[in-house]
Amino acid sequence: MDTQEKLLEMEHITKIFPGVRALHDVHFSLGRGEIHALLGENGAGKSTLIKVLTGVFERDEGEIFLEGRAISPQSPQAAQNMGISTVYQEVNLCPNLSVAENVYIGREPGSAGRIDWKTINRKAAELLGRFDLHIDVTQNLDRYSVAVQQMVAIARAVDISAKVLILDEPTSSLTAVEVRKLFEIMRMLKAQGMGIIFVTHFLDQVYEVSDTITVLRGGEYIGSSPAADLPKMQLVAKMIGKEYEDLEGRPAAAAAAGHGAKDLFLRLEGAASARISDVNIDIQKGEVLGFSGLLGSGRSEIARLIFGVDPIVEGDIEIGGRHAAVREPIAAMRAGIGFCPENRKSEGIVGDLSVRENIMLALQAKQGMMKAMSRRQSEKLADTYIKALSIKTPSRDQSTNNLSGGNQQKVILARWLATNPDLLILDEPTRGIDIGTKAEIQKLVIKLAQDGMSLVFISSEVDEMVRCCGRMVILREKKLVGELAGDEISEDMIVKSMAGGAQFEPKTETV
Amino acid sequence: MSQKLKQFSKNQIFWPLMVLLAILLANGVISGGQFFEMRIVDGHLYGRLIDILRNGSKLMVLAIGITMALATGGTDISVGSVMAISGAVACSIVDGRLLSGVSGSVTVAIVLALLAGLACGLWNGVLIAKAKIQPIVATMILMVAGRGIAQLITEGKIVTINSDAYYFINGGYILGLPFPLFIVAFAFVVVMLFTRKTASGLFIEAIGVNSVSSRFTGIKVDRIKLMIYAFSGLMAAVAGLIESAGIKGADCNNAGLLIELDAILSVAIGGTSLFGGRFSIPASVVGALIIQSISTSVLAIGVAPEVTLVVKSLIVIVICLVQSKKFKEMLAGKFSRRAVKEA
Ligand SMILES: Nc1ncnc2c1ncn2[C@@H]1O[C@H](COP(=O)(O)OP(=O)(O)OP(=O)(O)O)[C@@H](O)[C@H]1O
Ligand SMILES: [Mg+2]
Repeated sequence: MDTQEKLLEMEHITKIFPGVRALHDVHFSLGRGEIHALLGENGAGKSTLIKVLTGVFERDEGEIFLEGRAISPQSPQAAQNMGISTVYQEVNLCPNLSVAENVYIGREPGSAGRIDWKTINRKAAELLGRFDLHIDVTQNLDRYSVAVQQMVAIARAVDISAKVLILDEPTSSLTAVEVRKLFEIMRMLKAQGMGIIFVTHFLDQVYEVSDTITVLRGGEYIGSSPAADLPKMQLVAKMIGKEYEDLEGRPAAAAAAGHGAKDLFLRLEGAASARISDVNIDIQKGEVLGFSGLLGSGRSEIARLIFGVDPIVEGDIEIGGRHAAVREPIAAMRAGIGFCPENRKSEGIVGDLSVRENIMLALQAKQGMMKAMSRRQSEKLADTYIKALSIKTPSRDQSTNNLSGGNQQKVILARWLATNPDLLILDEPTRGIDIGTKAEIQKLVIKLAQDGMSLVFISSEVDEMVRCCGRMVILREKKLVGELAGDEISEDMIVKSMAGGAQFEPKTETV
Repeated sequence: MSQKLKQFSKNQIFWPLMVLLAILLANGVISGGQFFEMRIVDGHLYGRLIDILRNGSKLMVLAIGITMALATGGTDISVGSVMAISGAVACSIVDGRLLSGVSGSVTVAIVLALLAGLACGLWNGVLIAKAKIQPIVATMILMVAGRGIAQLITEGKIVTINSDAYYFINGGYILGLPFPLFIVAFAFVVVMLFTRKTASGLFIEAIGVNSVSSRFTGIKVDRIKLMIYAFSGLMAAVAGLIESAGIKGADCNNAGLLIELDAILSVAIGGTSLFGGRFSIPASVVGALIIQSISTSVLAIGVAPEVTLVVKSLIVIVICLVQSKKFKEMLAGKFSRRAVKEA
């Protein structure tokens, strides 16, 4: 291949962490005006390749050429200056700065020394407007959902006139509407000659925008080919290294799971927290209840209300027919509730602690501080879930920070499964998880319901909702607007009722 | 055997222990061995090492108390003032100017001084855990106001006392060893049991790493913080007793002055990150001994008093560098790259 033509070339890249060979002799090349999908299972080495490229990690071997010249950026800042702009997998913004500050941090426009806030705020609002994101840019970032934060991170990266744009799972918590918007912008940048690296676990999205696909497996380079020449089944086979049985459609088990069950577990009656009001929901034993809605429609807010993260201020929560005072997570846990939150970095993992400690944490808290689990018990617990969810880690004592994004997600899931609750609330539980494991988790959800557990399932992926939920409430602008059950549940119906039958209109998200 | 050694070298306490040994050895060499000499007089052990242990006992107690506060990502800069309060309460009672009804009972004095420390700690804890005030600001309140409170208790005077029973807290001997060492050992064992035999150690580290996630997993973050600061206050009161027994009185303006800095430094030298997370009580105790031996040896070498602080801070800088992960990585990187090139 002619190197002159190429925008970016990476050759023979190897990166070794203690106990893990994350990349081995990997090749990657990107042309001008090309959208290149980088695919692979959780822990395949995608994020590591990107971090090696952008100077977060120092490579052990290999060479990188940008426009034919060898480069070795020593920091993301340096890479940025060379024209490589990146949105990392874990949104890396400052939650307690304003949205506008986050967009312009480090490069405030204005004459030397003076910061022109008016201009910053106006420009930030304009920029986000391109993504149909009409939010108050002077508010602190942490007042908005993960999805909004993700959009802000993308907007921030796109704003810079870069040669290469890298998006590591940018769509993992976006709904279809935002994804469409993002793709429009990607195509526009592509037309301007920008090269884009796109990491995702959504294969349909891959085929929608990508020109080329590169597959990694276990840190090895498996191959690259034009997207058009690689049918989905073959692609998946390359990713997982064996044939894959597709899981299209709605398994009969899901339809059956809990549908029609009439054994009440939890009832919300006119319940309100600081973030949402007047919620009336019944959750039956042994059902998978879905919360569907667009960004900011109130799905997570209800979950947080039930789990006592946002304490109830009005109305009532009844569990098993009796009033339950769940004003704190620990109280909710004692009442038999578990909650796997959407924001894994800030509300989920305890980064510096080991995989074992992260898995045991909720169960230990539930048992109480004085009844410490023995080392052996906790090791057994960790090993069980590392195996059950195929968590990829060199050992149970690995720091959770060092796991790949998808594997961190599995650790949190394991933590809550370990508490064996009566009601498990899963807020985007498969976020960033590869398709093989995703199917396993969906099966697990249905099985848990069949065994009598109640589950609340929240996901921005409509097909996943269809596959898992026996019943579903629809939310729009913090209000319950409808319910679907049994055979009514289909992708069409969900999308229609979420948008209220009418065309989706960009609306301001308020908190 | 070498496997075990390797394991141990990764332990948090490894580097602090090496540094301590190095300082002690250097002292031994400079003094021509005199430093390690021990004498037994009247069945009591005397010597430089014993001095370091005895004089360092206050700092060790404080370090034990403050480690968990630092591990949650907080801090407690009021410990010096709490020492002053505790000393003031105890000495005023022994002296008879306070609660003259108990006629100078040392037991009552000790119990009330400890309770005063506990109350101070609870106050800090409430400000931090309930009112959500930043720990450095919250404890600064007591740091500033505490000496005033102590002055009120002693009516603004330096209280000198005459009580052999009270002197025993600092100067007494049991089994040939100074009594304060038994206090340190007791506090140490209690804390070790508490953090190792219950899940509190795990919870404290989890809070230090990510307090939001910790709350989401059902850890009672506020209650644990309250407990930690209360304990730190209690330990400060203990240190205050040792100090006042040593100077045979209460001097509110100077008791424990600036010692909070040494206490925090002890924990940092022990390798517990001030950002919170992993902590080690034994390492903090070693850290306190390092600081104490530096102070003692700088004096012993006969460095002019004006210079001691500079020498001390130089040594501290070196220790912090040795502890720094970045610095270790840098060194390791240099070596491994050289190794690759040679290969
Ligand atoms: N800082 C680190 N220290 C040690 N090991 C690491 C570190 N970062 C990543 N790894 C390991 O390298 C491997 C590749 O991780 P990477 O994050 O690149 O995976 P990924 O393909 O991005 O996966 P995902 O789809 O889950 O995001 C994993 O096995 C991970 O455990
Ligand atoms: Mg990744």
